[in-house]
Amino acid sequence: MMKHLAVLAALLAPLPALADPDPANWDTVKAEAEGQTVYWNAWGGSTTTNDFIAWVGDRVAEDYGVTLEHVKLTDTADAVTRVLSEKQAGENDDGAIDMIWINGANFAAMKEADLLFGPYAEQLPNWSVVDAEGKTVQTDFTVPTEGYESPWAMAQVVFVHDTADMPDRLGSMQALLEWAQANPGRFSYPQPPDFLGTTFLKQVLVDILPDPSVLEVAATDETYDAVTEPLWAYLDALTPNLWREGKAYPATGTAMFPLIADGEIDLSISFSPGAASTAIANSELPPTVRTFVLDKGTIGNASFVAIPYNSGSKAGAMIVANFLMSPEAQARAQDPEILGYGTVLNMDALSDADRAVFEGLDLGVATLSPAELGTVQAEPHPSWMTRIADDWMTRYGVAQ
Amino acid sequence: MLGPVVAGLWGTFLPAFGHLPAAGITGPSLDPFRYLFDWAGLPRAMMLSITTGLIATGVSLLIVMLITAGWSGTRPFRLLERLLSPLLSVPHAAAAFGLAFLIAPSGWLSRLVSPGLTGWDRPPDLLIIQDSWGLTMTAGLIIKEVPFLLLITLAALGQADAQRSVAISQALGYGRLTGWLKTVFPRVYAQIRPPIYVVLAYSMSVVDVAVILGPNTPPSLSVQIVKWMSDPDLAMRLEGAAGALLQLLLVIGALVLWRLGEIAAGIIGRRWIMTGRRGRFDAVTAQIALGLGAACALAVLLGVVVLTIWSFAGYWGFPDALPDQLTWRNWMRHGPGTLEALGETALIASVVALAALILTIGCLEAEYRYGLHISQRGIWLLYLPLLIPQTAFLPGLQTLMLGLGADVGRGPVMLAHLVFVLPYVFLSLADPFRAWDTRMGTIAAALRSSPNGVLWRVRLPMLLRPVLTALAVGLAVSVGQYLPTLLIGGGRVATLTTEAVALASGGDRRAIGVYGLMQTGAALIPFALALLVPAMVWRNRKGLRHG
Repeated sequence: MMKHLAVLAALLAPLPALADPDPANWDTVKAEAEGQTVYWNAWGGSTTTNDFIAWVGDRVAEDYGVTLEHVKLTDTADAVTRVLSEKQAGENDDGAIDMIWINGANFAAMKEADLLFGPYAEQLPNWSVVDAEGKTVQTDFTVPTEGYESPWAMAQVVFVHDTADMPDRLGSMQALLEWAQANPGRFSYPQPPDFLGTTFLKQVLVDILPDPSVLEVAATDETYDAVTEPLWAYLDALTPNLWREGKAYPATGTAMFPLIADGEIDLSISFSPGAASTAIANSELPPTVRTFVLDKGTIGNASFVAIPYNSGSKAGAMIVANFLMSPEAQARAQDPEILGYGTVLNMDALSDADRAVFEGLDLGVATLSPAELGTVQAEPHPSWMTRIADDWMTRYGVAQ
Repeated sequence: MLGPVVAGLWGTFLPAFGHLPAAGITGPSLDPFRYLFDWAGLPRAMMLSITTGLIATGVSLLIVMLITAGWSGTRPFRLLERLLSPLLSVPHAAAAFGLAFLIAPSGWLSRLVSPGLTGWDRPPDLLIIQDSWGLTMTAGLIIKEVPFLLLITLAALGQADAQRSVAISQALGYGRLTGWLKTVFPRVYAQIRPPIYVVLAYSMSVVDVAVILGPNTPPSLSVQIVKWMSDPDLAMRLEGAAGALLQLLLVIGALVLWRLGEIAAGIIGRRWIMTGRRGRFDAVTAQIALGLGAACALAVLLGVVVLTIWSFAGYWGFPDALPDQLTWRNWMRHGPGTLEALGETALIASVVALAALILTIGCLEAEYRYGLHISQRGIWLLYLPLLIPQTAFLPGLQTLMLGLGADVGRGPVMLAHLVFVLPYVFLSLADPFRAWDTRMGTIAAALRSSPNGVLWRVRLPMLLRPVLTALAVGLAVSVGQYLPTLLIGGGRVATLTTEAVALASGGDRRAIGVYGLMQTGAALIPFALALLVPAMVWRNRKGLRHG
């Protein structure tokens, strides 16, 4: 009888798709990865990022025999949709996506729906040099990552201004509002739900709230209205003074570079402290552009990669994820001539030779030093962003 | 081609009524529609869909009919025809980018006259691109639909015996334009009606042009559907599905409205013919129409020019008319990527277009040989994939293909393209093919030619021009496909179009220039051949040149 039950239980238990590679056993991972093709779904709107990903592909092919294909997305949510469709259709073993550039709400949605492979991140060899103490690489918008995604870049909000038209920095969001009222049509931000647009909204809220710590826990019906009320008052005052009077918004952060280059706007926002220097090098921005942060600091977070549960090349994807955290890849990503992304590594954990590479980087004319970047403010809980983005759509996204 | 549409719609219908097991939601319920109607942007998004569709179709049709009426057979017409037909090949996305680079406040036109005429040393803060009424987006559709309708009209014109009708009406004292409208237009319109319906359905639900030129506060309904469908919150797909059904109803409603308009126009037209007016304003009307047609051609042409300039531009500040320096850097940087995408695009397009052509000819020839007649209902089934908004059935189709084990990749993308390409090829070829004078076949048969001999040695050579045109249309349609490539290809199939649209949100005008030009080139060459080859092959057979 017991025997029969055991057989029955074995039949009813969900079959493990295929034996998933064990990240702790790195040699096996390397052996399995050789010859695999990894489809990395990553936002394709930035040509500099695309070039960097192509370089990563060359390097992992050289060292590990892994072929990397960059699937260029307009919206990371497309990849989430894709994995969901595959689950719906029963494609559990070899889905179209092997790796996703992800964070925030997309990660929270995929983790909650059990669409991710893991935990793997903290078993990767290069995790030992990651700055897990000093940087927010184990929480993603306050959601614990629990090893289901591995970090590869740090981002922090900076304001980008053309000193030829706007010589002085601004110290607070209140100062920004006053400046916009004095100079109508000279500022804009990407249209939410673009992540940089919603980040701007969060940055406003974090800066004008006397005590932003209320944002660390999930928004509730009781807290939401009172906490966000100053934000809507602020935006009501700001919107008529925006570029195009707020009737149109740039689609993304990089779409604002041509607006500055043409002199349509003087001030914009970026989530990459080095992006302005890189854009100057690519003649996308005039050389007079500089960046600044607010007196109280600005919001920062990490960019991650995650592996879908149904990837057929998990070993290859882990090779790429691990390579992205290598000192070689991190130093290249931080070079403003290449990308200008912040590193996730702990300088003290690196070898002298590796550290020298980072110290030797010329961060570029428009990039602030780590000291000048000042305090990094924490991302609010994702529930704030979701609600604020929805409300923004109703209030300003359907304006006449 | 009906299966995928029905299956896709079923895949949309279920979530619209609250049934999406993968997200742990089972219905039925009306909540998705409740949420949809709660969305504050809905009235405006619906309005945008209707107005852009009706205005773009109406204006394009008016321009094409007046130009053809006033000028067909003349030198300016042949010039415009030569100019517009190749411009048809410019993909919608590239034409929209070109238009945006032209007429934006910081666009090329503004740069050319600044600061000299305008005094602007910074671009004016004007809402031209993404204007709230969708006028720029409508203009972007018109400049693309005018060449399309003109080409379709030209293909139909050969069957309408236009020259003799106009000659007779002119002999009776009618102006050229009025005479054409009163005698030829009804016959031509009957032939080009299906493509016009397709233009209407397409203009109402277009995504790529709307993303580039259309408003975003709120966007048109189809763009919003795509946004809902790709929201990380899986429950939003229900709202998207409900929106897709609403979009479908809107398109059906607009088609009915258009049909009523046709009936009204028929009644008014008959009265107008009865009045016997000879056409006092013909000359002026014809001039205006020619001017508008030329403006369309110029907008696309200059758009391609400005894409070219951007693709070679170094730093190009406002209000400089030209960049500081021209450089190969952008092409060196994006060249390898575009070549790879070009290969993929060309492979998919040629396989799909050829398959569609063979199927179409086979179908039409079978109809001829066995005396079959496709019923009116049969024709509508064929047009269904074109009349149903892509946003309504593609996500459902994706699920179906996965469920059948047809894994993502090139093959399924080709099949999905065929769903859209086949009707266009059929639309383009069917009327000229059927209107072929069958007495030629009878004569050939009397001379002991077999049915295959009649097809290969008489019919197809005589129809060389429409056949090549149909092939070129098929290629261009395949090159321009965005949503099917992205959704069915699972992002693994990178064509020039998916790459270009992916760049759009980043706003890198140099990269957009490179990809837009390559995309244009991929579709341009077949169209050039469709015009050139018949002219060369039949250089000493004047009667055959126009198929």
